[in-house]
Amino acid sequence: MSGHLIDLLGWSEAIAGFLLWLLSLPLALGNWIALQVGAPSPGPLTGVIGWVTGPDLVSFLGVIIAINLLLLWATAFHLLIIMWIERKMYSRLQDRRGIMIGLGSSEILRRILGPIPLLGRPFRRPSHLGTGFLQTVADGVKLFQKEVITPAKADRWMFHVAPVVIAASTLMLFVAIPWSDGFWIMGSYETHFINGTPQSVPVNPWGILVILAAFGIAPLAILIAGWASNNKYSLLGGMRAAAQLMAYEIPLVLSLIAVVVLSGTLDPFEFVRDQSRPLTIGGLTVPFLPNWYIFHPALVIAFVVFFITIIAEAERIPFDIPEAEAELVEGWTTEYSGMRFGIVFGFKWLRALAGAALIVIMFFGGWDGPVFTTLQVPNLATLGAGTVPLPVLFQEFWFTVKIYVVFIVFVWIGWSVPRIRIDQILNIGWRRLVPLSLLAILIAALAGGLNWL
Amino acid sequence: MAEMWINMGPQHPMTHGLWNLRIKVDGETVVDAEPEIGYLHRGYEKIMEVREFQKNVVLTDRLCYVSSITWSHCYCLACEAVMDVEPPPRAEYLRVITNELQRLASHLMWLAAYGPDLGLLTALLWALRERELFLDLLQLITGARMNQNFPRIGGVRNDAPHDFDKYCRKVIAHFRKKLGEHEKLFEQSKLFQMRTLGVGSISRKDAIDWGVTGPNLRACGAAIDLRKLDPYDAYPEIDFEPAVEHDGDSYSRYKVRVEEMKTSCSIIEQALAKMPDGPYRVKPPRRAEGEAFRRTEDSRGEALFYVIGDGDDRPYRVKIRSPVFSNIFAAPLMLRGNKVADVVAIMGSIDVCVGEMDK
Repeated sequence: MSGHLIDLLGWSEAIAGFLLWLLSLPLALGNWIALQVGAPSPGPLTGVIGWVTGPDLVSFLGVIIAINLLLLWATAFHLLIIMWIERKMYSRLQDRRGIMIGLGSSEILRRILGPIPLLGRPFRRPSHLGTGFLQTVADGVKLFQKEVITPAKADRWMFHVAPVVIAASTLMLFVAIPWSDGFWIMGSYETHFINGTPQSVPVNPWGILVILAAFGIAPLAILIAGWASNNKYSLLGGMRAAAQLMAYEIPLVLSLIAVVVLSGTLDPFEFVRDQSRPLTIGGLTVPFLPNWYIFHPALVIAFVVFFITIIAEAERIPFDIPEAEAELVEGWTTEYSGMRFGIVFGFKWLRALAGAALIVIMFFGGWDGPVFTTLQVPNLATLGAGTVPLPVLFQEFWFTVKIYVVFIVFVWIGWSVPRIRIDQILNIGWRRLVPLSLLAILIAALAGGLNWL
Repeated sequence: MAEMWINMGPQHPMTHGLWNLRIKVDGETVVDAEPEIGYLHRGYEKIMEVREFQKNVVLTDRLCYVSSITWSHCYCLACEAVMDVEPPPRAEYLRVITNELQRLASHLMWLAAYGPDLGLLTALLWALRERELFLDLLQLITGARMNQNFPRIGGVRNDAPHDFDKYCRKVIAHFRKKLGEHEKLFEQSKLFQMRTLGVGSISRKDAIDWGVTGPNLRACGAAIDLRKLDPYDAYPEIDFEPAVEHDGDSYSRYKVRVEEMKTSCSIIEQALAKMPDGPYRVKPPRRAEGEAFRRTEDSRGEALFYVIGDGDDRPYRVKIRSPVFSNIFAAPLMLRGNKVADVVAIMGSIDVCVGEMDK
């Protein structure tokens, strides 16, 4: 298996090296001037230059750049896309077209491009016949313009801290989620022997555990926000979030254990490596199918439990009782306004995305895809001499496609069922999902013990 | 948590209008509830005393914008009783048809509101999509989508347009297919059943004692439908059975309304088939003396107009009996002991229209 496009840490270190080289230029100039003035060779600033361009600082700055790139990737790219997917998808479920604001709706583009023959045709009159992708951006701009209000009787400090904790814990998820063999931050390279040949592969022994732990922080912040708002609706919403967290964290982790019995690791990379082998059940190799855990009969119950609890963790309908807008106005977000509301509201989508990514890593083979096509393109670094492989259908592509498919299933479920009541949610969590996840562990252990897997 | 009062309204997504439901909660459980109304009081009964009999028709349209024709129709019936006017048979059939079209539109509006109450926003768009068909039909015959100003004292304003029956049958055939989709979305969903079955029950005796009428009463097992019990217009000549359920919970109220939509479809078809030719309006006298009341089966229950004329061209006194006014004060009986989330499931199933409640 090969073919990741992005080597995040490598690229980031290259960027960091370049930036630090730029930083060292004035230092080198100073050094040169000092040498001209008659300073002893190799100059007084040589040590500083060596430290600035040295490997320690480069790798440190590289990690910081990598984290920023990853967060931009999550928020500026995926968040906008999944919000757009959700809005378009549920609009189609509702027999309408949904948001349609696009470039054609732009007044500026109409003025500039409109007069141009042929090319300016779509821009000539203001029309809302676009893809709607810019609607989410417009909503964000609108939220930025709104006043951020803190209620007079709110617990100010806690009220301000809660959105920060929510945003931070959600972004923490993305630090631990790998997007391909090369697109990750948390982890390290180890040499594994694959088919007898040593190969450098990424490992992150506690990755899944870190993701689940980060999932558990947000409901705490929701409880804080609900309490600090000094609003009865917010309080009820926060209490609901806390109750739901207790009921659903447990089956989430228990169903994970059932999968761990099979995979023997909590390493997302190892999960994916294990799932990209051909499917073998009970010693028989199934043709054409990869070893995705979803295909294992022993893990079906674990999958169902995990899927339901992830929907609950992401607070999507039918489990969105903390902010049930029909009964609690906007639940725990009632008192938040402006972009602070935008953050607490928008990051729900990011948690759903992270949940979908977790499901894909654990059951749908992660970035394992049927084909990884590479093109041989001229090597630009050597001015066209020789070729380098350029992935066309690469790992990130397959991973993203799978995540979006799982997310669309979330949307599909969310917009075709009503919301469940709080006591029913707790009943489902404690009385159905916990026993089912225990059963899943039992089945997985039995199947593993009898060597059926 | 200690017990506390929560205002659900007047600005709250649950209310569908301007009223306030104060609920006392112990944690998530509703201990007590009290409706507060009057935010939308417009003094209807007083305004009607200073306007002529005919001009009040346009006013009664505005009692409930979701169900205009049924209200102005009821007012016209009462005025006809005062003036001793008999509308021609064709007008009676036209009234039945428009009434039932309006009932369908009203129930679809209720369905559209009930879905979002439970968190099912898809139902809103689907039900409004179907409602538009009936509004189109109403527009075809009356000229307006809402606030039609169609019934007249002594008949209806105009005759049905050419091929109206053809369009009606087409829409009804289409709607019957689509209603199956709605039933799949609602009652065949396990989650919808969890939210509504056994939620907000009220006994038949309590319902009658508190003056609950209409679909809410028929959901308790009482087959009380004024179209059968106290028939008016052409209803005696039409064969139908009012929908009755026996549990008195939110699910039964939902079920009664869905069945009523089917009944309305069949009533419209029968009325279209039996509608005689002839005049559609007689000229009523300008002045009237005497008093009378007429009650009709409105989309939400028993609507009643009590009109007194003192020989002038304006009514001396008009009394409006709104079904929602009575239904909503039986709500605390249904709410007590349920969860906060059930408040919307119960109040949504009662079908509140604030315009007619506050008058």
